Amino acid sequence: MSLRIVVCVKYVPDATGDRRFADDLTVDRDEVDGLLSELDEYAVEQALQIADEADDAEITVLTVGPEDAKDALRKALSMGADKAVHVEDDDLHGTDALGTSLVLAKAIEKTGYDLVVCGMASTDGTMGVLPAMLAERLGVPQVSLLSEVSVEDGTVKGRRDGDTATEQLEARLPAVVSVTDQSGEARYPSFKGIMAAKKKPVESWDLEDLEIEADEVGLEGAWTAVDGATERPARTAGTIVKDEGEGGKQLAEFLAGQKFI
Amino acid sequence: MAEVLVYVDHVDGAVRKPTLELLTLARRIGEPVAVALGSGAENTASALAEHGAVKVLTADAPEFADYLVVPKVDAVQAAYESVSPAAVLFPSSAEGKEIAARLAVRIGSGIITDAVDLEAGDEGPVATQSVFAAAFTTKSRVSKGTPVITVKPNSAAVEAAPAAGAVEALEVSFSEQATGTKVVSRTPRESTGRPELTEAAIVVSGGRGVGGAENFPVVEALADSLGAAVGASRAAVDAGWYPHTSQVGQTGKTVSPQLYIAAGISGAIQHRAGMQTSKTIVAVNKDAEAPIFDLVDYGVVGDLFEVVPQLTEEVKTRKG
Ligand SMILES: Cc1cc2nc3c(=O)[nH]c(=O)nc-3n(C[C@H](O)[C@H](O)[C@H](O)COP(=O)(O)OP(=O)(O)OC[C@H]3O[C@@H](n4cnc5c(N)ncnc54)[C@H](O)[C@@H]3O)c2cc1C
Ligand SMILES: Cc1cc2nc3c(=O)[nH]c(=O)nc-3n(C[C@H](O)[C@H](O)[C@H](O)COP(=O)(O)OP(=O)(O)OC[C@H]3O[C@@H](n4cnc5c(N)ncnc54)[C@H](O)[C@@H]3O)c2cc1C
Repeated sequence: MSLRIVVCVKYVPDATGDRRFADDLTVDRDEVDGLLSELDEYAVEQALQIADEADDAEITVLTVGPEDAKDALRKALSMGADKAVHVEDDDLHGTDALGTSLVLAKAIEKTGYDLVVCGMASTDGTMGVLPAMLAERLGVPQVSLLSEVSVEDGTVKGRRDGDTATEQLEARLPAVVSVTDQSGEARYPSFKGIMAAKKKPVESWDLEDLEIEADEVGLEGAWTAVDGATERPARTAGTIVKDEGEGGKQLAEFLAGQKFI
Repeated sequence: MAEVLVYVDHVDGAVRKPTLELLTLARRIGEPVAVALGSGAENTASALAEHGAVKVLTADAPEFADYLVVPKVDAVQAAYESVSPAAVLFPSSAEGKEIAARLAVRIGSGIITDAVDLEAGDEGPVATQSVFAAAFTTKSRVSKGTPVITVKPNSAAVEAAPAAGAVEALEVSFSEQATGTKVVSRTPRESTGRPELTEAAIVVSGGRGVGGAENFPVVEALADSLGAAVGASRAAVDAGWYPHTSQVGQTGKTVSPQLYIAAGISGAIQHRAGMQTSKTIVAVNKDAEAPIFDLVDYGVVGDLFEVVPQLTEEVKTRKG
């Protein structure tokens, strides 16, 4: 029996670029190059490893995003995923977390799944809430923030390194998993992988395909509203000294002046 | 006055500081009603009352410890239904965010995460977020349903405000989902004796420039002289020199202390994402071109193995 794995991947503005907001206070996606959220590479990697251990598995990568988001899907396909689903619709512009989780959950149900794998957080919104929301909407267990994960005999097991304790978790499939950047380096796509990816199927769905009304998502349908965004003022230039043997003492002097000592 | 639900983060009844900050913020919006779950829940009452909780709803059951997150969602939902609050506030911990996320879906309400400030507004609470590695500050609010908001540690100064803090038992019936994810084992982390990283007033962090696990005591000694927490960059963590729980940055902890000292850290955007809102920033780096120097209030270009021990000695001398 084939293990159906869906990996949710987000297309995000490059964090090393000059990220900013557009006039409607959504993320300005035109000014900065986009890419597959680096934290979702870990999700793709773990899905590939789980698939390798299974007798028979199929990995679908899924994204909700604009036209360019196909780049994120291509990257995941070139790493080794089998097929891709792109949910794209003009009415999705400005969708918030609740709306995104609705669209992802409908798409996951339509694809069919035994295991959903997510990253720990996107590198733009960095909310870290989507995996829990998906588990809630799909009505399946959540096995989240794993630094180690494996699937055997219909059970997913993983290690969660929390603030105060390390936990070993276990749940029956179907389930939603999220993995951290401690789960293991993601592989680079090989040349063969990149070539093969060009031939892999990418399906495009819009809101109608998912039976979602336009007013349930997008800026209009959002459950949250951004009223303002201001650039943080540049920090006033600090004092920089070169250590000539007294650097530690000079620093102590500064800290004392600031009443830290 | 409207009631505001506050989720209590505690360890066996000892309330963690971010919850007391939440109570302070909650009072700006309404009357705080605290929800404390699990072992020792009732013991939280006096600390919560001292900081403004008019009521403390408590529940304990083995489910809270034996299964992941969902039993707590069931309990918070029960509290939500009994109180009909004006907002529900959570600390921005991993667990806090996950409970908040599921509650938001259940009650059909918008969610805002990682607020760094909160005020009452004409159309409900207004949250301040610090986004894009702290390059922007946004003001946002929940426009549909009851605002569900998670707040980062160090977002408000804790203020005492004695209130009744009447303890009430919360009736919880667990959903079918509650027992979905078993916690097979739990190994508590050993305490370092140092302040909690996200709560500390001073943080001293070491990066790749520290050069090895065997050199981290140089960083620790400075931290101890200042009563600070110790952090690390991802490079230092990935090299195995310091535990991941000490990582500061996008995929580590966000810290917002009064003073942040970076030793041997270049200041990559992902690291900055976790410390840029620190009040005073200090760096020691031998490379005058390191991007971290763009952020500092005071920087020393030099070898950390010369500068940091000298600083530690000087701190000790001055503190007597
Ligand atoms: C700076 C900023 C702040 C924001 N603040 C809020 C807010 O407070 N409240 C709110 O409701 N919305 C907010 N949003 C919008 C929110 O980021 C998007 O709706 C988003 O798709 C979901 O949140 P996230 O990206 O933070 O996801 P996270 O919960 O951090 O993502 C976790 C995982 O979910 C999966 N995932 C997330 N989005 C997608 C996607 N589009 N396609 C496929 N997989 C995905 C990935 O596996 C990812 O690793 C914010 C956006 C930005 C840019
Ligand atoms: C998705 C993603 C998430 C990430 N999340 C995080 C995160 O949460 N936190 C994080 O920190 N990074 C994170 N990173 C990694 C980040 O990009 C950098 O690689 C990392 O922060 C570099 O750590 P560093 O500054 O210690 O090392 P380096 O960049 O190698 O800098 C070392 C510095 O030490 C200085 N130095 C060397 N020797 C000495 C000496 N004897 N005395 C003084 N100075 C010396 C050097 O001049 C240099 O500036 C993330 C990356 C990605 C892609």
